[in-house]
Amino acid sequence: MTHHTHHEPQSFWTKYIFSQDHKVIAIQYTITALLVGLFGLVLSWLMRLQLGFPGSFQFLNPGSYYQMLTQHGMIMIVYLLTAILLGGFGNYLIPLMIGARDMAFPFLNMLSYWVYLVSVIVLMAAFFVPGGPTGAGWTLYPPLSALPNAAPGSGWGIKLMLVSLVIFIAAATMGGLNYVTTVLQCRTKGMTLMRMPLSVWGIFIASVMALFAFPALFVGGVMLLFDNLLGTSFFIPAVTLFGQQLPREGGNPLLFQHLFWYFGHPEVYVVILPAMGIASDLISTHARKPIFGYKAMVLAMAAIAFIGFIVWAHHMFVSGMNPYFGFFFAVSTLIIAIPSAVKVYNWLLTLWRGNIRLNVPMLFGIGWISTFIIGGLTGLPLGNVVADVPLHDTYFVVGHFHLVMGVAALMAIFGGIYHWFPKVTGRMLNETLGKLHFWVTFVGAYAIFFPMFLMGILGVPRRYFDFNALQYLPPQTSALNIAITVAALTVGAAQLIFLGNLIWSALWGKRAEANPWGATTLEWQTPTTPPPHGNWGAQTPTVYRWAYDYSVPGAERDFIPQNVPTEPQVLVGAQSTVR
Amino acid sequence: MAISFILVLIVLGAIVLTASGIWWFTPLASNWNEIDGALLITLAVIGSAFVVLNIVLAYFVLRYRHREQSRAQFLPDNPKLEKILIGITALGIVILLAPGLFAYSRFISPPRDALTIEVVGEQWRWSYRYPGPDGKLGRANPKLISPKNLFGIDLTDPAAQDDILSYSELHLPVGRPVLLHIRSKDVIHSFFIPSFRVKMDAVPGMVTHYWFTPTVIGRFQAVCAELCGIGHHRMQSPVIVERLEDFQQWLAKQPTVATTVKP
Repeated sequence: MTHHTHHEPQSFWTKYIFSQDHKVIAIQYTITALLVGLFGLVLSWLMRLQLGFPGSFQFLNPGSYYQMLTQHGMIMIVYLLTAILLGGFGNYLIPLMIGARDMAFPFLNMLSYWVYLVSVIVLMAAFFVPGGPTGAGWTLYPPLSALPNAAPGSGWGIKLMLVSLVIFIAAATMGGLNYVTTVLQCRTKGMTLMRMPLSVWGIFIASVMALFAFPALFVGGVMLLFDNLLGTSFFIPAVTLFGQQLPREGGNPLLFQHLFWYFGHPEVYVVILPAMGIASDLISTHARKPIFGYKAMVLAMAAIAFIGFIVWAHHMFVSGMNPYFGFFFAVSTLIIAIPSAVKVYNWLLTLWRGNIRLNVPMLFGIGWISTFIIGGLTGLPLGNVVADVPLHDTYFVVGHFHLVMGVAALMAIFGGIYHWFPKVTGRMLNETLGKLHFWVTFVGAYAIFFPMFLMGILGVPRRYFDFNALQYLPPQTSALNIAITVAALTVGAAQLIFLGNLIWSALWGKRAEANPWGATTLEWQTPTTPPPHGNWGAQTPTVYRWAYDYSVPGAERDFIPQNVPTEPQVLVGAQSTVR
Repeated sequence: MAISFILVLIVLGAIVLTASGIWWFTPLASNWNEIDGALLITLAVIGSAFVVLNIVLAYFVLRYRHREQSRAQFLPDNPKLEKILIGITALGIVILLAPGLFAYSRFISPPRDALTIEVVGEQWRWSYRYPGPDGKLGRANPKLISPKNLFGIDLTDPAAQDDILSYSELHLPVGRPVLLHIRSKDVIHSFFIPSFRVKMDAVPGMVTHYWFTPTVIGRFQAVCAELCGIGHHRMQSPVIVERLEDFQQWLAKQPTVATTVKP
């Protein structure tokens, strides 16, 4: 294997650190996000220790518990999931899958990563300042997040949190503009929009959503920062805190909630659409069958993105907003279930009459379908406004969003990492460790989160340091909490196996072929593996067909890569490269 | 193979854990069986979908797993099948949404004869104000809150003088509709009575509402359902539903604004 076509002289620094190669930036994003996620995982262990064995750990008090809860939520949603799906998968896959040499703006792309890293450093700095990080909940509702001493970390902690978010939004905007422009402008010859793999579609639509959604958080975050730093009252009416009248008046706490959820709900889809795209490609490739209803899949994602911007107030059914809004937002929320259901049916129908290879990426693909089903379905009672009244802010919600946005998204992310690791590193991930990782994570996730639905129906509120004050709980509830804690610690340990597998396999794993899965999409047709800076050698590939020519009747092999011309006599298989 | 088996086991486990009934609704103690009804219909629809879809997934994976010489069928599309599935989904949604919206329209329409009670949240307790013989709550203003006037009651309002205050317990007469006016002094709280299935945030600067009719005599609990600082998990209050005579006796023993609140 020849290793590199040097475009320019490269030192270690420009090649691996301040690189403008989308693939290096993708790896930087992914590693940073995984490390931050590992930290978020440890926080969840500590919270579960408290809930399973209340009172057994001296360092866990209500203040530190609420700080961990807040940081866990923010880290996982923003700094892990958003960063890894857009910055990691988006960066790696977009140029390779559409046949481009790089992103449209490589320098901006590099800057996006470094600005993201700054936001992570500011986020982490909050753990070392007086008072510690904010404990106002990841939703940062004022006045709790705006008033001195109302919540833990109300001094430095909340300010660093908001500054970090503002910096993150700058990074996400640089990345998002880049991804959108690249998809629209840099597709290779023959790569029409409706020939793009669904991974690219998912990342593209999510990037557009992020560009529309993040400004609302930016505005809300800056206003909240002013309320904190300058004594303004955007979100603070006349209040009395601990018996003291504060010199604030005129603001409205609900304004922040509208701004937050106008960002926050689309953000769910910013995470889930790339995951949907990745899962679609995993399922199709490893079932050796075209994705069922490609056009419907693209339209469903577009519909979800569009409707996703008019459902935000379903997070606010009991917030005190005008109760008549409930009718509109319940209907819009339940309508979004239809395109989501279409996606589930089409994944199942892709498996139907397939030739399913149960390797690790496919296992995660199946895990994705199952966890997305339960996570998505449990959103319906929460969207059905009157049913949300008893369930709102209970453990039912915790179970719902962890399964749909956490576990399901992670199933797609893990599956994607097992799937594309051979292209990224030129080596295979260890299959046995991968299966162990899958089984513990998949079964464990159900063990952790399914019982939470029952606790929610029982009426256990979320964000409780302990449940001692609740008189209506059956005594078996503490047994359930212990079981959830044990499952959570076990699932957490399995993630350490995964991280070990990543490191071990990157160094000593089995050498990978150029196209080990027999996949059709362009990233598997690069002249060298891993692809060099510039991706394609002398000439970029030409695309002749859609991304899903699996098991085409009459074809010699069960896949035809996108860059193989349509004339049957030139069918030469996977290794053909257009010169 | 194994994955199909595990999927079936997960479905069975979910059914058994739910059917065990150990962790289920607290017995309903208010008029809101419509809320329970809408929720149960929704749970039935999504529960069926969960079982069917996972079993189909398990079956497809088992039936169409890779074997020697096996090859997938090239089936890129089937618009008719997709339309049927969309139709079934839309029907399921209508079935759960329609009763939900009906129940919701009643939930937000309090009866005219409801007993009005004010709930005030603060870090980390609930207090209550009942109208006196005039049946009306006096005006309140958060700017008037002081150590001697914990509710911020506007003493210039004649309707305020006979108001009755309770600093710890919410007492309710059985069978009488109640409309709560919910306020907060500091941060956002949420007044949640699980046995009545009702919940609404207490937001500073606003008055929020919900109504219900307690139907069972007994002792219940109101808890806080919105993160409100380090005492959130301890912010609760007894809710006592009693016969009308007992309620009136209790009310007569509580302090009034005229006798206890000073400007």
